[in-house]
Amino acid sequence: MATDLYVHPDYYNMDDLLTEEQKLVRDAARAWVKKEVSPIIDEHYEKATFPMHLLRGLGEIGAFGPYIPEEYGGPGLDQISYGLIMQELERCDSGLRSTASVQSSLVMYPIWKYGSEEQKMKYLPKLATGEMMGCFGLTEPDHGSNPSGMITNFKDAGDHVILNGAKMWISNAPFADIAVVWAKDETGRIHGLVVERGMEGFSTPEMHGKLSLRASSTGELIFVNVKVPKANILPGRSGLGAPLSCLDSARFGIAWGALGAAMDCYDQALRYSKERTQFGVPIASFQLIQKKLAEMITEITKAQLLTFRVGQLRNEGRATSAQISMAKRNNCEIALNIAREARQIHGAMGITSEYSMMRHMANLESVVTYEGTHDIHLLITGLDITGISAFTREAPDLSNMK
Amino acid sequence: MKILVCISKSPDTTSKIAFTDGNTKFDENGVQYIVNPYDEWYALVRALEIKETSGGNVTIITVGTAADDAVIRKALAIGADDAVRIDAEATDAYFAAAQIAAYAKANNFDLILTGKETINYNGSQVAGMIAEDLDLPFVSLATKLDVNGSTLRLEQEIVGGLQIVEANLPLVVSCAKGMAEQRIPNMRGIMAARTKPLQIVPAVAVDAFTVYESYTLPDAKKACTMIDPNNMDELVNLLHTEAKVI
Repeated sequence: MATDLYVHPDYYNMDDLLTEEQKLVRDAARAWVKKEVSPIIDEHYEKATFPMHLLRGLGEIGAFGPYIPEEYGGPGLDQISYGLIMQELERCDSGLRSTASVQSSLVMYPIWKYGSEEQKMKYLPKLATGEMMGCFGLTEPDHGSNPSGMITNFKDAGDHVILNGAKMWISNAPFADIAVVWAKDETGRIHGLVVERGMEGFSTPEMHGKLSLRASSTGELIFVNVKVPKANILPGRSGLGAPLSCLDSARFGIAWGALGAAMDCYDQALRYSKERTQFGVPIASFQLIQKKLAEMITEITKAQLLTFRVGQLRNEGRATSAQISMAKRNNCEIALNIAREARQIHGAMGITSEYSMMRHMANLESVVTYEGTHDIHLLITGLDITGISAFTREAPDLSNMK
Repeated sequence: MKILVCISKSPDTTSKIAFTDGNTKFDENGVQYIVNPYDEWYALVRALEIKETSGGNVTIITVGTAADDAVIRKALAIGADDAVRIDAEATDAYFAAAQIAAYAKANNFDLILTGKETINYNGSQVAGMIAEDLDLPFVSLATKLDVNGSTLRLEQEIVGGLQIVEANLPLVVSCAKGMAEQRIPNMRGIMAARTKPLQIVPAVAVDAFTVYESYTLPDAKKACTMIDPNNMDELVNLLHTEAKVI
């Protein structure tokens, strides 16, 4: 990638709504990304390798559990600061943001919210620095949008439980030190367990062949009669609501992150359109290019207002799952559209790694799918406004299916 | 060692520059301020490095209003121990230098560092004026600064080479590129900055020697004039009569 010249678009002076500390946190994350990540991200993307050497730096800029209180080793920032850090990371690459999202919202969040005091003290400070990395096991090969159908389960065996099953599409799995795994007990109730690397019967094979999130490490979690001490079960909450509350936190971060990717694409397209001349004039002087750019900044501004407001609500503890779903869904969609339009403005240059749009576009295909697919989020909004669930129905008669 | 680092705000380099009040004032609307990079990247970071190797205290000082507390917090997040804000708008270099010198006189610093200039006014005046006010030696545009007891060894870039200067503490140094490497504030620093002391000090009375009468923007870029390669006479003529460069 060429020199990172990114300047964030701020059409409605959104910066005026941020506190000085929020801006300081964001600007520090941006400066770190420009210095440490932008110069190397393309190489990792092309080789499909995760930049492991960045983990400590991610910890230093507060990307791991920004809202975790200081007593547990976190910086105790607010939700908007968390969002801004995710925005800066995904502005560069969705894979980098995914690693930070998983560590923050899917590993640290459940331990903080539902863990025992011992569990919090044991794991959170090391997770905050990046000395320890985690992953989150909910999705299974046959249970994506329907996590309640999971088959991973554990059986009581005295002072420990015996865990069996498999999880798939797990970010950070290949290098994670711990996994927060959701599994059913003998009554079918879902619980969270902290499974540590090295426990016998636990393996994390890496998944290959991804054409998206290539600079992120994705794997499976396989449990064959894994003995997990009962002390590793999160005692604070059980049932599907527990992992779904983690997803609320992660989806909130994704809404900000996807917006970051959109802002990066727009920023490059605007600059390129003013520099690139055709027919003797900058292409920015053509109406069709201006239409694209004007629509992009309109959608970005709307998304900025959406994320900021949901951030305020989350700071007040009032954001609903459905409100977060709307922001996640909207921002993924506009980011994908903006990446595609920005690529068109760049003409053939847009398909090279000189610019980030193609990488963003491919990454966003994962982002629009994970943590609730695009369609599932629509059904969450549908349920919220009608009160009628459209997720399931009676299985139709398939005997005459052609 | 007690080190005082003078910091100033400057508009972010991507700011759109405009003026108000009949072109007598800089239009701050929509402008984001940053710590002047020469103050932050070189003066402050070198001060922190000296403190880290030989102990001491790094105080930052700025002349400004409450609106400047953001740049102060950033400097504290990078690692300064405490901050002083002289509560007044810095109307010109002399005013700022006189305020800083008055504070420094009462607080006995071993070393006073500034950036070589601010990137908005590029005046390079404040450090020299502070030194004059305090009757201290002054080394300008230093690119390297090493401490050996109470002696400093400094390097300055001069035409065709380097000039090595030795000077005794206390003194004033203005810092140029090469002195240190930019530090990005980390989360520990940002958290620590929340509780680091910021002292607000009333300004001392200073005579105003200059008044900014008006500002004008440079001429807009003109369209490129294409000249036939076989018509050198016209090129030379235009360079002489229009561009007036030959």
